[in-house]
Amino acid sequence: MSQGSSVRLAESGRLGERLGSIIIWLVASSVAGVLFCIVGDLVWHGVSGLNASFIIDPPARSGREGGVGPILVSTFAVLLVAIAASLPVGLATAICLSEFSCRESRFGAVVGHALDLLASVPSIVFGMFGNALFCNLLGMGYSILAGGLTLACMVLPILARTIEASLRSVPEDYRVAAASLGISRTCCTVSVLLPAASSGIAVGLVLGIGRVLAETAALLFTSGYVDRMPRSVMDSGRVLSVHIYDLAMNIPGGTENAYTASLLLVGILVVINIAATLLVRSCFPTESVAR
Amino acid sequence: MFHWKIDYLASSLVRTAAVFACSIVVFVIAFLTREAWPAISELGTRLLGDESWHPKATATAGTFGIGPIIVGSLTVTAGAVAIAAPVGVTSAVFSEYYAPRGIAVVYRRLVELLAGIPSVVFGFWGLVVLAPWIARISPPGQSLLCGMLIVAIMILPTIMLVVQSALATVPRIYLEGAVALGMGRWSVIRYVVLPTSRRGIATGVMLGATRAVGETMAVVMVCGNVVKIPQSLFDPVRTLTANMALEMSYALGMHRSALFSSGLMLMLACAIAILSTHVWSRRA
Repeated sequence: MSQGSSVRLAESGRLGERLGSIIIWLVASSVAGVLFCIVGDLVWHGVSGLNASFIIDPPARSGREGGVGPILVSTFAVLLVAIAASLPVGLATAICLSEFSCRESRFGAVVGHALDLLASVPSIVFGMFGNALFCNLLGMGYSILAGGLTLACMVLPILARTIEASLRSVPEDYRVAAASLGISRTCCTVSVLLPAASSGIAVGLVLGIGRVLAETAALLFTSGYVDRMPRSVMDSGRVLSVHIYDLAMNIPGGTENAYTASLLLVGILVVINIAATLLVRSCFPTESVAR
Repeated sequence: MFHWKIDYLASSLVRTAAVFACSIVVFVIAFLTREAWPAISELGTRLLGDESWHPKATATAGTFGIGPIIVGSLTVTAGAVAIAAPVGVTSAVFSEYYAPRGIAVVYRRLVELLAGIPSVVFGFWGLVVLAPWIARISPPGQSLLCGMLIVAIMILPTIMLVVQSALATVPRIYLEGAVALGMGRWSVIRYVVLPTSRRGIATGVMLGATRAVGETMAVVMVCGNVVKIPQSLFDPVRTLTANMALEMSYALGMHRSALFSSGLMLMLACAIAILSTHVWSRRA
């Protein structure tokens, strides 16, 4: 894409050059082919079952029939808990890393390393940690709250790092101008920098949401398997990805509904991604100002 | 340092949040160690030395050898990286230097879509489509090979996106010089671009490997989960992550503790890999 570097590399007529081109095009098209294979397969088998009643109805016969209504409710409940818990902390950490005294300091470097370490932890390990801390020690049991808090720990580094990067990309002039007007740093951050960085913040949020919706391993033994409609956040709730896992692995004859549920999950993720791209383009012209 | 009182207040607030955020990783290590401690202190080297994995709730009743499982994790990871690294680098080169602008944009979007597909969906696809294909060559289908292929597809976007951003930073003057010398596109890439961006390539591969070793759901679904050292590509294997996912829900006592100690090992391995990658790529 950055062919905009505008150095045009041309092919010399030699055989090796030709061969190189052919190999590269072949590899690239086979990658695209694999993707179409997967998505095409999901659409082909899943689209016939995808209708309003699938989305609303509760699962019947362990999910072989019926829909995913309560499961979607649990999924969004877990999502809500995770984002509600991680966004404030992530935002504050990002502001600390980019705006206040932590910038370029030893403390900032330590926090950054800790966040990178946290981001490298495999999701199953988060699940074990959540099981030990939230479910057992804090006595939440298998619950939506425990699952959401576990995922909050998991997405925190993503949120903090993307928000930090977008705050850092706001030009230094803004801060200098604000300071010369005698505005406090807090006021500058809240009313100048955060709005200017809002598109980056939105992107971070979307990445976090995508990660939460896609997560399975960390939820297996924190939010549990119960597929009834949850009545509170203390109830166990099965999320969509766990439902797909259960249908595929443990329920003979669940394949058809697993296809539909997979298509639904991938569809939700794609819609969120597209919406975010459009949102960034249309609602935040500040980005073009910031450039 | 600050002129305004509110700045002191806000500064301490965000500092507290930052301290809290980085204490989470300490919490994770602390809790894993706490739960793993009985196994580490009582079993010790038995975790690696025992013949087989037949865990029971007490140390004397069962055997706790995770050796074959570690081998399973390593082979799946190595295979996945061996497939995904060349393909990922080639894809990055394609989208940076070969594809016409429009195709490059579309291609990047496709790879991002691939990156966004949840691991459970990859696992499901592997289970119902890829495993039966492999079973036609050699049953049972849910095998080391199937795991390698699925994990390779999953880490491909990571490798490609990191490598592509490394390729984009190759100084323009290098390319101009090469073109002025009359080098063809393939030679420029082979002798100028790839050597210049080898650190970026290594970082991408390392990140991909870290993701591969921590991957759980897809691996549980396609690898067959038999605890033994695989003799061929078509044998089923069980990885560390799959072992935890399968047994955590019913494990008690020493068994649970042994699972936590394997989780701790996994986490430390990933942490060391990530930290060394960071240190190494910063020294560039």
